[in-house]
Amino acid sequence: MLGRLTLDALPFYSWVAMGGALVTVLGGLAIALVITMMGKWRYIWSEWLTSLDHKRIGIMYVMLALVMLLRGFIDALMMRAQQAVALNSDGYLPPDHFDQIFSSHGTIMIFFMAMPFLTGLINIIMPQQIGSRDVAFPFLNSVSLWLTAAGAGLMLVSLVIGKFSTAGWTGYPPYSGAAYSPGVGVDYWIWSIQVSGIGTTLSGINFIVTILKRRAPGMTFMRMPMFTWTVLCSSVLMIFAFPALTVVVSMLALDRIFGMHFFTNADGGNMMNYVNLIWIWGHPEVYILILPAFGIFSEVVATFSAKRLFGYPSLVYATAVIALLSFTVWLHHFFTMGASANVNAFFGVATMVIAVPTGVKVFDWLMTMYRGRITFHPSMKWTLGFMVTFVIGGMTGVLLALPPADYLMHNSTFLVAHFHNMLIPGALFGYFAAYMYWFPKAFGFTLDARWGTRAFWFWVVGFYIAFMPLYALGFMGMSRRMEHYNIAEWQPFLVTAAVGAVLVLIGIVCLGMQLYVSIRDRDANRDTTGDPWNGRTLEWLAASPPPPYNFAVVPEVRSLDAFHEMKQRGEAYRRPERYEDIEMPKNSGIGVVIGVAAGVFGFAMVWQIGWAAIGAGLVILAALVVRSSQEETETVMPAAEVKRIEDARFAALSASRREEVAA
Amino acid sequence: MNATMTGVHEERAFGFWLYLMSDAIIFALLFATYLVMRNNLAGGPGGGELFDLSNAFVETMLLLVSSLTFGFAALSADARRRGAVLMWLGVTFVLGVAFVMLELREFAGMIAEGAGPDRSGFLSAFFTLVGTHGLHVSGGLTFIAVMMGQIVFKGLTPPVTSRLFRLGLFWHFLDIVWIGIFSVVYLPGGL
Repeated sequence: MLGRLTLDALPFYSWVAMGGALVTVLGGLAIALVITMMGKWRYIWSEWLTSLDHKRIGIMYVMLALVMLLRGFIDALMMRAQQAVALNSDGYLPPDHFDQIFSSHGTIMIFFMAMPFLTGLINIIMPQQIGSRDVAFPFLNSVSLWLTAAGAGLMLVSLVIGKFSTAGWTGYPPYSGAAYSPGVGVDYWIWSIQVSGIGTTLSGINFIVTILKRRAPGMTFMRMPMFTWTVLCSSVLMIFAFPALTVVVSMLALDRIFGMHFFTNADGGNMMNYVNLIWIWGHPEVYILILPAFGIFSEVVATFSAKRLFGYPSLVYATAVIALLSFTVWLHHFFTMGASANVNAFFGVATMVIAVPTGVKVFDWLMTMYRGRITFHPSMKWTLGFMVTFVIGGMTGVLLALPPADYLMHNSTFLVAHFHNMLIPGALFGYFAAYMYWFPKAFGFTLDARWGTRAFWFWVVGFYIAFMPLYALGFMGMSRRMEHYNIAEWQPFLVTAAVGAVLVLIGIVCLGMQLYVSIRDRDANRDTTGDPWNGRTLEWLAASPPPPYNFAVVPEVRSLDAFHEMKQRGEAYRRPERYEDIEMPKNSGIGVVIGVAAGVFGFAMVWQIGWAAIGAGLVILAALVVRSSQEETETVMPAAEVKRIEDARFAALSASRREEVAA
Repeated sequence: MNATMTGVHEERAFGFWLYLMSDAIIFALLFATYLVMRNNLAGGPGGGELFDLSNAFVETMLLLVSSLTFGFAALSADARRRGAVLMWLGVTFVLGVAFVMLELREFAGMIAEGAGPDRSGFLSAFFTLVGTHGLHVSGGLTFIAVMMGQIVFKGLTPPVTSRLFRLGLFWHFLDIVWIGIFSVVYLPGGL
């Protein structure tokens, strides 16, 4: 009846695991209790969960990402603590549990922190940047969100019911096969990333169609804001790379469930095919995460240098070249597989070539700042921290791209330091910069700059202290993922790294404080103009937060920095003579239904509960049929209502102008 | 169709093309995997012993003719002849079902001979590649059934013909993939 699911699935095997499960369950209950006490269920359901507004969907994505950041970071802290004390001792974590933690840390940070953070930011900003009222497929957008949430939900459930994978975030066979990992851990990994990966492919399709079909009149390709360009390239990577993940993870599932032999040791399996397939997804994935961050840095650096972005065309071409090259380097993740020297040389050279367009970008940002009037807003600080730190990571990457050098450093902590050195500044710092830059656009008040600066310094200093020792440890021969060790020389470095992790923890606390302080003082920090930073792109034209339709009148674009130019001409805040009715998508609960059913399906596949899997599949099918048969999926906001909203907006604008003049 | 409806149709068609591109990547990787694992027989039977070329030929014909009949359905939709659309969709549906039945019979026969997907790496790759195509065809059949229902209950409204157009893209796409399967899997194995 319940497949493999019995009471033994509860985590009584270690007090640490039990604690994690309790925190998860109690956290969920506490949130549910607060919502019930405030009587907000109806509000949350009808205004948020079922919303098809791209801005609200984006905010929900970012909230999911921040929650998962906490979970993933606690994993990191636990690993650092374990390695700091585990010299000639077992530390406080049993090996089986330690292995689950490093597996879930990587899986969460890539799939359920970075991806939703990125997708959320794109959702909030990109349609506004191109002067559009929505994404092309609002309903599909909701489905993507709920599939991602379902995957994240499976990750959290794995803390409470059963165990998570011990095979690392890439799940290499044969270890991840049924013979060596018979439990449910790898299945949790498979189904959580499978469900959310399909959501990502759908998001990619949605973003491409939106950018190619919904730009404001006059916005030619070479007038598209840099962030939008990077989103376009990153979305192309999503729809071409994520199918590889779908395929390879399905094959692993077929091996595990039906005893097939794609990647088994015997009977004609070829485990190296797995490694190829997963990195055909995995390497472009790095650029999916990093390219939009490059776009964010470009926007931030231009705005806070009060200058036009230097070398815009070269940034566009560099982005496109990086996107293309990202498909030609996957083999550098396994030079040691033993391909021929020529094959390794090709992929080594291709890898080094990527440093060229990336270098172009760094110089473009530097030249943008040159002779600019620079404002040291926290977003600008994240950008500067990124530039310095990322270049170091890039250097160690070029080092790893040399196959002979890679043979020495493969799977060592040098590699761990390298990719954290790319992804933390290259992706996460960018998302934080975006979070502090666009927060007023999403919520109507600015974030506190002092706490933002504190968060920045703790993060960046903590990063160096946590990861520089790992470079050294790699040279000293320490391999990654060690639960304990017996080399005394390593310990001081690992203790230092743990101190770095604590500093990052303080950085996270500062982020929380920033949010708290900013919400508390929100009335003093209202953004009444919609343009708090003297921005250059169209998203700053609308009010903060924008009305559901973003733009009452679709703006006309004449140059790259469209909004900046409008302000120069004195046309930015001109009132239109009349307003028109605006069509908008009606809310729909079907996205939530599909997400929940997909989560149930994943859970049923993990525990091999056949009837539940079939039932969930049928629910999804029925939901799709119902949705495709609905006729009235749009609602019209009458011109009078638009006028009322816009009049209030213009009243607020002129009030803030008067205040400015008086001051 | 008015102007906004045309725009919506265009966007959806373009989005559907992008989906087909990502689906094409899935098949490309399954083909690549099949080619890599073709000789991993693990002492089990190979394609020469297992494949029945005449069966695969009949399957090919069924699918090709179904593409043709779908084309007739699309033409009838253009001519706004509802009865004809339903008739041609019905024929397409029957041909598709026949294809899936033949494939299932072939699979069942192989499994009964002890040549199931768990026998060898080669057979895992074969069943997965061909089975994924078969699953797509089954999905397409569901899609056809839903569309027939919508045509009966809603008529040939713009959203319905727009969906019918995308179903056509999907159905012809599966045909192209099958040509690949026939040429890469059955022809070299069965000759």
